[in-house]
Amino acid sequence: MPIQNEVLVRAVDLRKSYGEHEAVRGVDFEILRGEAFGFLGANGAGKSTTMRMIGCVSQPTGGTLEVFDRDPRTEGASIRARLGVVPQDNTLDGMLTVFENLVVYAGYFGIRKKAAREKAAELLDFVQLTPRSKDQVSELSGGMQRRLAIARSLINDPDLVILDEPTTGLDPQARHLVWERLFQLKQRGVSILLTTHYMDEAEQLCDRLVVMDEGRIIAAGSPRELIDTHVTKEVVELRFGAAHTTELAELAPALAGVGAQIEPLPDKILVYTDDADDTSAALEARGVQPTSTLARRATLEDVFLRLTGRALVEDEA
Amino acid sequence: MSVIAYSAARATLRSSGSMLNRNWIAMRRAWILVLSGVVESLLFLFAFGFGVGALVGDLTLADGTTVSYTAYVAPAILANAAMMGVLAETAINVFAKFKWMKVYDGILNTPLRPWDVALGEVWWALIRGGTYIAAFVVVMACFGLLDSWWSLLAVPACVFIALAFAGIGLTLATFFREWTDFDWMNAVVFAMFLFGGTFTPVEAYPSFAQPVVYAMPLYHGIELVRGLSLGQPSPWMLLHIAYLTALCLGGMWVAQRRLSKALYK
Repeated sequence: MPIQNEVLVRAVDLRKSYGEHEAVRGVDFEILRGEAFGFLGANGAGKSTTMRMIGCVSQPTGGTLEVFDRDPRTEGASIRARLGVVPQDNTLDGMLTVFENLVVYAGYFGIRKKAAREKAAELLDFVQLTPRSKDQVSELSGGMQRRLAIARSLINDPDLVILDEPTTGLDPQARHLVWERLFQLKQRGVSILLTTHYMDEAEQLCDRLVVMDEGRIIAAGSPRELIDTHVTKEVVELRFGAAHTTELAELAPALAGVGAQIEPLPDKILVYTDDADDTSAALEARGVQPTSTLARRATLEDVFLRLTGRALVEDEA
Repeated sequence: MSVIAYSAARATLRSSGSMLNRNWIAMRRAWILVLSGVVESLLFLFAFGFGVGALVGDLTLADGTTVSYTAYVAPAILANAAMMGVLAETAINVFAKFKWMKVYDGILNTPLRPWDVALGEVWWALIRGGTYIAAFVVVMACFGLLDSWWSLLAVPACVFIALAFAGIGLTLATFFREWTDFDWMNAVVFAMFLFGGTFTPVEAYPSFAQPVVYAMPLYHGIELVRGLSLGQPSPWMLLHIAYLTALCLGGMWVAQRRLSKALYK
């Protein structure tokens, strides 16, 4: 029986070092049954390392970690039996067909052949890959491979599904298909843990999330709470033609006082405000003449920017 | 206590069995590869046994008995076939699954542990090596190269060779970085094939070279199989079996340690 607020994963001062390098520097969090929990952060923030520790394929080097009230150091196999994992690179078995990938994987969990075949057929249907069941994995597109990996992670009816950047590298259409399936899972009450560096993904899918930077958690809460706490309701983006980093930085002081805060970026200036219309009017009154003005709601992207001073996906093309 | 041991053994069997099942499903479309291995060994038998054998004639062994050269060489080629079949499966295929196809990365997210993976690969290598051995023994029997009932024991004897090289192959697979590393393995394997007592008794080599031969795993395999197929059991066989078993266990232990280290980062 699922207990209300049952804690599936509990981390206290969790750490992981590789030699001198500290990838995770003491993080605390709790993941509850039935929720979709997100780890948000740039590449190298320590998200995947934390996922691997929860998935019991990486040993913590400090702090405590409990998954299903068990210790991953000593009970890895029995914890993994209750997890579903979708790794970043899928790790599908290239020597097997789509259907065989599921049935063979079921075997690793000790699921009997007949039950495995039934479950595999059901899951292929769920991820809309039934017509491709006899194909080799290499014949599938990136989005289909990811969907197959998601189906595979569900083969053992896991208590918690871990997805490491589930839509990285997918085209927009494929991303939406994956999101839609994940949303379905959420509706069914499956507990989901995911990492992402896409704000829209986190905002759409996560009930609660933590923002990671350089191995630490720098903020936690629901997407709405994070926005309310760390940034204003709205943002006005100002562009000044070809003006760049230094010129923009010089322009910024002229804007002082119009919004709650001014943030010059390499290609634009952000003005945080609770009322975009008022701010736009104030800017006009001051004679500031940007080449373009965009008023929008604040997003998690802005939260990350405020907290770290860096754009989240800056290293992405 | 015994209940715990029993359930642990059952869990290990089940887990390694699922690894075996994976290999069976992946390879069942590629049985032609296994056949080619059998054919290769038969070619060796014909070339050296019947070709060279016809020139050499009979051979007098250290203990004074006389055997045909073909009957002398055939068990060694059988031992070699067992070695080659198993090395191809473990060193080469496991390397490919480990480094190139990342098959184990996916598997270690399941309840399977590196030890289960290693054990499953050994089962599979035994099955593949076993098909070589069985086909070869049938051919030996057809040509009248099996002299006594003892020779039936050559089959289980080959299983020890297969076990030893499964352990060695698994370990090599975890050490290899590039395909070029296989050239080194092939060179060593070929040296063992030529000088491990396949074609001539070890006593024929200069005394400084003999200890090197005694260290070769294949030498112990050949001595074991040859002794049995010529119907000459000896207490030394226990040493051969112990040596081969130790290589198997040692190899598997090292391999699963290295798999853990590489995959449980």
